[in-house]
Amino acid sequence: MLYGYLPAILEGLLVTLRVAALSLLIAVVFGLAGAFAKLSDSRVLRAVADVYTTLIRGLPELVLMLIIFYGGQGLVNSLMDRLGYGYLDIDPFIAGTITLGFIFGAYLSETFRGAILAIPAGQMEAGSAFGLTGGQVFRRIMAPQMVRHALPGFANTWLVMVKATAIVSLIGIDDMMHRANLASATTRQPFTFYAAIALIYLSITTISTIVLHALERRYSLGQRKADF
Amino acid sequence: MLRKITLAATILFASLAPASAQTNTWTKLRIGVEGSYPPFSQIGTDGKLSGFDIDIANAVCAELKAECTFVQQEFDGMLPALNARKFDMIVASLTITEERKKAVDFSDPYYDVPSRWVAKAGAFKDASPASLKGKKIIVLRNSPRAKYVADNYKESEVLLAPKETEVYLELSAGRGDIALGSSVVSSEALLKKPEGKGFEQVGPVVRLAGGSGVGIAVRKTDPDLKEKINGAIKAIRANGVYNTLQKKYFDFDVSPDQ
Amino acid sequence: MIDWPIIIEALPEFFQGLKITLILLAISMSAGFVLALPLAIARVSPNPWLSRPVWVYTYVFRGTPLLVQLFMIYYGLAQFEWVRETAAWYLLKSAWFCAWLAFVLNTTAYTTEIFAGALRTTPPGELEAARSLGMSTVQIYMRILVPSALRRALPQYGNEVVMMMHATAIASAVSLVELTRVARDVYTNTLMPVEAFGTVAVFYFVLTFSMVGVFKLLERRFLVHLRPRRSQTDPGLVPNVH
Repeated sequence: MLYGYLPAILEGLLVTLRVAALSLLIAVVFGLAGAFAKLSDSRVLRAVADVYTTLIRGLPELVLMLIIFYGGQGLVNSLMDRLGYGYLDIDPFIAGTITLGFIFGAYLSETFRGAILAIPAGQMEAGSAFGLTGGQVFRRIMAPQMVRHALPGFANTWLVMVKATAIVSLIGIDDMMHRANLASATTRQPFTFYAAIALIYLSITTISTIVLHALERRYSLGQRKADF
Repeated sequence: MLRKITLAATILFASLAPASAQTNTWTKLRIGVEGSYPPFSQIGTDGKLSGFDIDIANAVCAELKAECTFVQQEFDGMLPALNARKFDMIVASLTITEERKKAVDFSDPYYDVPSRWVAKAGAFKDASPASLKGKKIIVLRNSPRAKYVADNYKESEVLLAPKETEVYLELSAGRGDIALGSSVVSSEALLKKPEGKGFEQVGPVVRLAGGSGVGIAVRKTDPDLKEKINGAIKAIRANGVYNTLQKKYFDFDVSPDQ
Repeated sequence: MIDWPIIIEALPEFFQGLKITLILLAISMSAGFVLALPLAIARVSPNPWLSRPVWVYTYVFRGTPLLVQLFMIYYGLAQFEWVRETAAWYLLKSAWFCAWLAFVLNTTAYTTEIFAGALRTTPPGELEAARSLGMSTVQIYMRILVPSALRRALPQYGNEVVMMMHATAIASAVSLVELTRVARDVYTNTLMPVEAFGTVAVFYFVLTFSMVGVFKLLERRFLVHLRPRRSQTDPGLVPNVH
């Protein structure tokens, strides 16, 4: 099937999924940090978070990726040289995942900020009054409810991000898109291969949508809904 | 919360590829290769690289007793990636030109084949700038051939393809009228294939001014590596390895001093 | 630190790239807008023969990467001998047309869903009032539903325009020399990442925030009637995700 390139494409799929999953993890970290910074009392933190989201809004993903991949490498090189260390490689996989995580962290920070604001402040105050630490308040009171409020935005971000992983092939990650490029160059059957991976992307989207719907139902149990 | 972020950041940084302790004895080499330049460099169904460039790189590595890893890179970003230290040397059929020498250093040449025009049979009687006036020329982006076309065919349109194989894909798709490519690759990637029926070479071979064979590129800061590579090329040409390899791919001599 | 002469020397190329980026954006968005309106009306239609096909179309094009769609059109269609023999090949030969086609198909899918969403949130009173005045269906759409929905869609549509402007960077993969391609070429020729990508970043930045500004003005002009209502709910509740 696929002129013998099916295993190669599926290997690429694994890379694509790894990139997407790792980027999501990084995006959640950036997103939480951004959300708390935006809601913090410190003017500096708020400013930093604003610069962060503005930067992401202002630039195409591909350009950000090229900046981090090539510009970042130059920066690391001169830093390592100055410190007298040897060479530190930013490999495309790391550059790609960090960039995607960094970009989508900005979107998630808005989602998380909204989710935090949706929790009545009285609940947090009650938690503190009972002597819970900040961490405990976050884990036991905020996080479970944030999941519910953030899920739709989170789902949207994930779906956009899976598709954005196709761009990492342009900086040399050996993902599914890259495998399809190589296979079509060699076999001269580009339509076949791009159609095949389009179908795979569509299946990922479909499966994700089903799973996220199930999660949404699960986390909005006990939530009253207006009858229309 | 902050602790968690710090922890995540630490894990992230620890997971960055280790500082491969480059003590400059060059026992470990990362080699930039291309992958769509048959028969010099290509990728099989199993994702494995093969071709003359790859075999030469392996032979040089064996001679240097170095442990080599291949890094596949689009042709377009080859030199930037070398200078950004994504790899230590490039074995990707890079023609040695004055312009490239400003950015990187080259070993002695390890092969030399001329360029050649290819077009639909009978479309052109020659490939002079006058005949190609107003026509669309397809050529590899950022290659010395692209510069040659830009300098000498000012009244033709140019389509720059990101890969040499795509030059012929575009030509057979009819996106341009004539292509200028490596004489070997054009016959391998087009003329010898069923899609190449009806295409032919146009005019005599083209020797680019200033082009002096194909070499292995290294960073300007690594003259010791360049010397080692030159030694290795001499050695494999003397001990017959080079000849065995070139017979595997070509029925004519590609060595630089033919 | 920064090599200004390199930037200054490359500026004409960057402006040329800017022109290509803007033309590509303009021709894609205008075609997308025109196509998305009827599709959105079909999408919210109670007739499944109308709404289902549109759903399939938006689902497929929103569920796959734009880069894949572009490559399918640019490299993919050339695979078939019979496509190359049709008259359409005259158009498909050009990278411009392929990029335009891919962008139009993509943005139409997103815009259709945006407009459809806005149509669905039509206040029932508007519709009832129109019906009680005896307007025909066509009149209701032309005079009430569409204008009112387009206003409500404005913020999201503005977002889509900015997203598409960023997406034009992908055309650099099919030999269109737009802004990103210029930056990549400058980088390849000079090996100066900060100069090449820093300059293009400034271009995109100015573009993005001019567009955001224009849409803010449009919103102020066309969404005045929604303002007091908005202040009742907490604006922070709306996640600002594309």
